[in-house]
Amino acid sequence: MGYTVALTGNPNTGKTSLFNALTGSNQHVGNWPGVTVERKEGRFRMGDGEVKVVDLPGIYSLGAASLDEEIAADFLLRSRPDLAIVVADGSNLERSLYLAVQMLETGTPLVLALNMMDAAAEKGITIDVEKLSALLGIPVVPTVARRKEGIEDLKKRVLDELKNRTAPLNSFALPYGERLGPLFDEMEAFLTTKPELIPGLPARTAAVKFTEGDSVVLAAAESAGLLPALESILSGSGAAVESALGYDLQTAVIERRWGFVSGVTAEAVTRDLSLKTRLSLSDRIDRVVTSRTLGLPLFFLVTWAIFRLTYALGDPLVEIFGGLFESLGERSAGFLAAAGLSDVMVSFIQDGLIGGVGSVVVFFPHIFILFAFIAVLEDSGYMARGAFVMDRVMHLMGLHGKSFIPMLMGFGCNVPSMMATRILERPRDRMITLLILPFMSCSARLPVFVLFSGAFFGPHAGTAVFSLYILGIVVAVGAAKILGSTLFKGESSQLVMELPPYHIPSAGMVFRHAWERGFLFLQKAGTFILLSVVAVWALASLPWGVEYGSEESLVGSIGKVLAPLFQPAGFGFWQAAVALFFGFLAKEVVVGTFGALLGAGEAGLAAALPTLFTPLSAYAFLVMTLLYVPCVAAVAAFKRETGSWKWTFFMIAYTTLVGYGGAVLVYQGGRLLGLG
Amino acid sequence: MCPITVMPEGSEVTVARVTGGGEASKRLSELGLVPGVQVSVVQNGGGPLLLKVGDSRFALGQGMALKVFVDGAC
Ligand SMILES: Nc1nc2c(ncn2[C@@H]2O[C@H](COP(=O)(O)OP(=O)(O)OP(=O)(O)O)[C@@H](O)[C@H]2O)c(=O)[nH]1
Ligand SMILES: [Mg+2]
Repeated sequence: MGYTVALTGNPNTGKTSLFNALTGSNQHVGNWPGVTVERKEGRFRMGDGEVKVVDLPGIYSLGAASLDEEIAADFLLRSRPDLAIVVADGSNLERSLYLAVQMLETGTPLVLALNMMDAAAEKGITIDVEKLSALLGIPVVPTVARRKEGIEDLKKRVLDELKNRTAPLNSFALPYGERLGPLFDEMEAFLTTKPELIPGLPARTAAVKFTEGDSVVLAAAESAGLLPALESILSGSGAAVESALGYDLQTAVIERRWGFVSGVTAEAVTRDLSLKTRLSLSDRIDRVVTSRTLGLPLFFLVTWAIFRLTYALGDPLVEIFGGLFESLGERSAGFLAAAGLSDVMVSFIQDGLIGGVGSVVVFFPHIFILFAFIAVLEDSGYMARGAFVMDRVMHLMGLHGKSFIPMLMGFGCNVPSMMATRILERPRDRMITLLILPFMSCSARLPVFVLFSGAFFGPHAGTAVFSLYILGIVVAVGAAKILGSTLFKGESSQLVMELPPYHIPSAGMVFRHAWERGFLFLQKAGTFILLSVVAVWALASLPWGVEYGSEESLVGSIGKVLAPLFQPAGFGFWQAAVALFFGFLAKEVVVGTFGALLGAGEAGLAAALPTLFTPLSAYAFLVMTLLYVPCVAAVAAFKRETGSWKWTFFMIAYTTLVGYGGAVLVYQGGRLLGLG
Repeated sequence: MCPITVMPEGSEVTVARVTGGGEASKRLSELGLVPGVQVSVVQNGGGPLLLKVGDSRFALGQGMALKVFVDGAC
């Protein structure tokens, strides 16, 4: 018989790390709140027991404020797992216990995983596990998820609890005091005469949750027709309690819970006070990093350094790889012909594989390095500071700092960044952010930038590429401003975000992240990009007998239909049209297409491109590539996140228009300035 | 009682109440900003505030921070 066990806890307490350790999965872990935004399932077996484990987004309470939190709260309250592992941060126990108490009130069987015990020890915090377990009435297991410590013990306690649980459920009753207590008694008495509001939820908890205005319980009460009766209790006895307490019931309930939690913490936790400085190292770093004067410049410096370093380290490697592919192309030609392969096969291997896919694969080092830097940002804790210092800037565009986290991730890949918008509280903020994310220059656009700027801008290549990143941001800012004051009027919500402690990024973690994304890139090159390039190659070879890659080939005739459109932008020839057309499949395919059409190797391409482009039209082409419709994968992610075809088509249309408009503007403007 | 937004950097204050009712103030309370709790103001420079509550650090936008009132005179 299979059990379902959910992992829950505050954001950034190590739920996903535990999930990975329990199930042998490899889900994304990062040192900032909001990494996990969807439900993930895995399983483990122990003895004859098989357990399905569900990893959930982090929550502070069962009352959800954003979509990711809603996913978690909904699963815990409505799907009712057989047991929940509440993951607590041992170095910050008091905060973690608030949710634990809320979970206790729901009557779900629990095991408390006391994670980050290493960090707790460092801070001089000792926790009396036995006492904590006795006070809460649930098993408590200390763990260090990052080093996979305590995992077997946790599995054992979970299975034990699932199989041999003897203590009755619903036995936990938080002492709400002499004022709130009688109020809840009254509501409970009323509710027990009715069918359960939410299946499995104890009546008293329903009463408490109703009083604190929990939206799930309110909705359930409304559909059960109990709203008027419950509200009359609140406006009668409830109002009396409020005036006796001096503040509202909602605050009173929450305050009582915190009271209970700090009581438990005081009994179970001892602190070595000699180790407690008034300001920890993280606080002292934050004094500088988040300061009004230094915060933003420092942040720009860091981002700038990341891009410069990515290119500075990546470029020489591309040259080595490029050279390798070139000589491979040359040698293979003779070798393949000697082996008696037909001309078609030779062309396929030389133009299609080596020219097309090879010209994309050489950018592996850039991708790897860029993602390594992003992993450093994530793991160090600096990512969340980016949201902090950008808050003021984001307010100018009608959003708040949290929107900047998806934007930052967008520099890596637009697809996960679109999912990351789930951490935003308001649907309006989320829509605007989703709509501007395609302008963030993802790593797939990088090969196009490097190739073109190397071929056309010589010593200014770095500046040219950096200007494109800036342009993407500027367009995103402008678009957000316009969208926010036309289609999505209204106020953005306000920044509320926990800032994780800093720590030195672990080399293993960074390498793993970078390798994962790098591998994904190679995989994409071997499948998706390969297929696209093969399609280009086939279309360039057909109909039989035409000269390969000539205007008369099929691909040439497709290109010729589209090419006149791009005349005003300076690249009105068919090869560019074809590259942009296939670039919709994946932006790297722009490079792959030129590679397949013009010749093998990066050096070969760099030599062939100037026969088509001028520096000005090349820059216009890069602007188009940067801004026009993101790849199919991003479009699919957009559709998934918005659930609307209407907005998806809107996004495709408006980004393409912006891209085209931008390219025309650059080309015509440049000509006016005499740059043509 | 005064809003926490006027407290200078480095000050240690005690929460008196969170005003406004509704979702926003509920969220703040659930993050631990309830009457009687000690908070230190790590950063307060016109943008969002950086507060230390217990062992956690929270960034609060100005509008949000205006809901938090602390003991003392301003
Ligand atoms: N010191 C220490 N760090 C840990 C431990 N477990 C996890 N971490 C780190 O804590 C951070 C958060 O880990 P995650 O597993 O992503 O946390 P999460 O709870 O899934 O976070 P969200 O998905 O954002 O809610 C990462 O930087 C981990 O490396 C631990 O036992 N000790
Ligand atoms: Mg997670």
